Amino acid sequence: MTTLAAPATHATHAPHAQTEPDYLRASSGILSWIGSTDHKRIAILYLTTMLAMFAAGVLIGVLMRVEQLTIGETIMKPETYNALFTLHGVIMIFLFVIPGLPAVFGNFFLPILIGAKDVSFPRINLASWWLFITGAALAVASLFTGGGAPDTGWSFYAPFSIRTGTNVSLAVFAAFVLGFSSILTGLNFITTIHRMRAPGMTWHKMPLFAWAAYATAWIQVLATPVIGITLLLVMAERFLGVGIFDPAKGGDPVLYQHLFWIYSHPAVYVMILPAMGAISEILPTFARRSIFGYAFIAYSSIAIAALGSIVWAHHMFTSGMSEVAQFVFSLLTFLVAIPSAIKVFNWTATLYKGSIDMQPPMLFALSFIFLFCIGGLTGVMQGALAVNQHVHDTYFIVGHFHYVMFGGTGFAFFAAMYYWFPKMSGRMYSKKMANASWFCLFFGFNGLYFTMLILGWMGMPRRYYDHLPQFHTLHIVASLGSFLLAAGVVLFFVTLISGLRKGDKAPENPWGGKTLEWSLGSPPIVENFHEIPTVHQAPYAYNEESGHGHAND
Amino acid sequence: MDTPMTDAQAHAPSEHRDDLGAKVGMWLFLFTELILFGGLFILYSAYRSMHAHAFEDAGKLLDVPLGVTNTVVLLTSSLTVVLAIAYMQRGDRRKATAFLLATIGLALTFLVIKTIEWSAKFEHGIFPGSPHLLEKGPGETLFFGLYFLMTGLHGLHVIIGGILLTVMLWWVVKGKTTQDNYVYLENAGLYWHLVDVIWIFLLPLFYLAA
Repeated sequence: MTTLAAPATHATHAPHAQTEPDYLRASSGILSWIGSTDHKRIAILYLTTMLAMFAAGVLIGVLMRVEQLTIGETIMKPETYNALFTLHGVIMIFLFVIPGLPAVFGNFFLPILIGAKDVSFPRINLASWWLFITGAALAVASLFTGGGAPDTGWSFYAPFSIRTGTNVSLAVFAAFVLGFSSILTGLNFITTIHRMRAPGMTWHKMPLFAWAAYATAWIQVLATPVIGITLLLVMAERFLGVGIFDPAKGGDPVLYQHLFWIYSHPAVYVMILPAMGAISEILPTFARRSIFGYAFIAYSSIAIAALGSIVWAHHMFTSGMSEVAQFVFSLLTFLVAIPSAIKVFNWTATLYKGSIDMQPPMLFALSFIFLFCIGGLTGVMQGALAVNQHVHDTYFIVGHFHYVMFGGTGFAFFAAMYYWFPKMSGRMYSKKMANASWFCLFFGFNGLYFTMLILGWMGMPRRYYDHLPQFHTLHIVASLGSFLLAAGVVLFFVTLISGLRKGDKAPENPWGGKTLEWSLGSPPIVENFHEIPTVHQAPYAYNEESGHGHAND
Repeated sequence: MDTPMTDAQAHAPSEHRDDLGAKVGMWLFLFTELILFGGLFILYSAYRSMHAHAFEDAGKLLDVPLGVTNTVVLLTSSLTVVLAIAYMQRGDRRKATAFLLATIGLALTFLVIKTIEWSAKFEHGIFPGSPHLLEKGPGETLFFGLYFLMTGLHGLHVIIGGILLTVMLWWVVKGKTTQDNYVYLENAGLYWHLVDVIWIFLLPLFYLAA
């Protein structure tokens, strides 16, 4: 499909013949996968689990949109709708968006990008996948056992979560186990980046995805324990009736909200930072230019991680807080927009005078910037106290965070998937199909979520299974958008599966990338490098005049 | 931790041993443990500022001599685990074994004393969500709620630490832990110190609250 330019090696290492079998063929049998400590195989384990969960989450989302097609009951009762939005949230957040990029692409590419043969703790890496799959199984089990599927929303707000008869205990325990998995991945990545970088791979020569993974890992390590203890407390309340969050016994439910968001807001940055990292890898490759403002992008990841940890209470402006606290959190929320904007400006500057090659990953990466800007700006709007009162708990919020999580992280996930799929699988996919999937995803996405922003502004509350007549037309538009979006997701799967089954063999470097993974075979051998490379150059060393050595199909 | 150690990676991970890396990982894990308890400490401070008097009154019901005894027990056990590591570094397997045994013994002592304290409280009708506590009022309910949650979670860590130390003892006896390969023992020791440090905060917050 793509005939290609010389493999880009900015590291000096002996050219090697691909005699060793690659990591996919090195051993076979199910045990060689679920017991593998190879970071690449673990990444594939995560990928398959996660895509299955993502598909389930999309299906639930579509069911909710079907329910909103007519006024009154369409296909389900209100209780079912409550359970479905809870599940949609729990599955998408804990099983897809949070672990999506770090666990899949972080696992696969972080060691390669820094020139290492594996992560620091390969066995802990495998253990964290096992914890992940256990958590996923528990989450699914919570639907069918006990008092039925949880109906609290993914945030498990007290006191409802400690009183409802549904199976909240199992669901929060599942989230606790998933959190443990996330912590282990985080500490593994931090240690790997500190200890395993190849000779010459100084901090400022690290690819930006590694920087993003580093910032993300710190948030995972420092924020996840807070939700761990909070969820344990919900269980303690349900089993022992301690009273910590129960107003009847003197407890304060607002404290629950604080503890919940102390984790869950930084978790938003666990979702978006690696996505930004992936975009920072893709843009230089397809613009044939060195990234603009490398240091700014690298350190803005750290700034986002730091500032993002102290803005949690902007989720609680209507929950009861002092005016001073509201003012401070509002100000901090505005501040966190700065490092994100720095990234957007640097990405745009990277494109300027670049030689842009509109391949599928680039299409998704550019869509990411567009959608993330809408998500980010609507977020800043909600940081303003007065606007927040107006839009609180409306579809505006739902629209906003889908722009960030799906338009941002989701599209970055698709971009990364299309970018690295040839390296991971050794196969190319059909670019026509990939472009078609982009068309459905992009237009379906905006049809669904931009409509939600408008609906929310008009006053449509979130989490209602029904709507008033004045919202009816827009609800139909949103539902139609969701069907197109779901079709795009199906096409995405079909593109990858057919690529896997009958795609052309991928060359070493199908896109003309400059980072270390493109110097390896597609797919790479078991321990990545025959010989650990020595790094001399910055990661995106494009010679801007001769950047056209790339032939298209 | 900030020094890049980029030249240490000549070997494949299978044959590669990175003791400093293992300790970095352990320290990161200890951060997460501290933050896990941190959530509870935040709750404690919020509720104490709301119910200052009730917390003082409730604190009087705890057995200070037993609490202090347990503090001494844990501090001593931190010393013995350090001695066990120090003797392992010098290759004195016999003394390392002895001090590990002593540490495990002290861990058990701590748990026994804790059990005595908890049962005494239960006998007086003080347990999470008990009618007796609810009668006393929200401040007391929250104080003892937090007391049982925090000492309970700490007790769980003592048990986990005890199990870890037992495994270490087994490895020392079997010869898996040696004079030049003792990083797991060292990490278990770090974990044990964490258990100790958290208790150091629990003692004044609960027992000395009055």
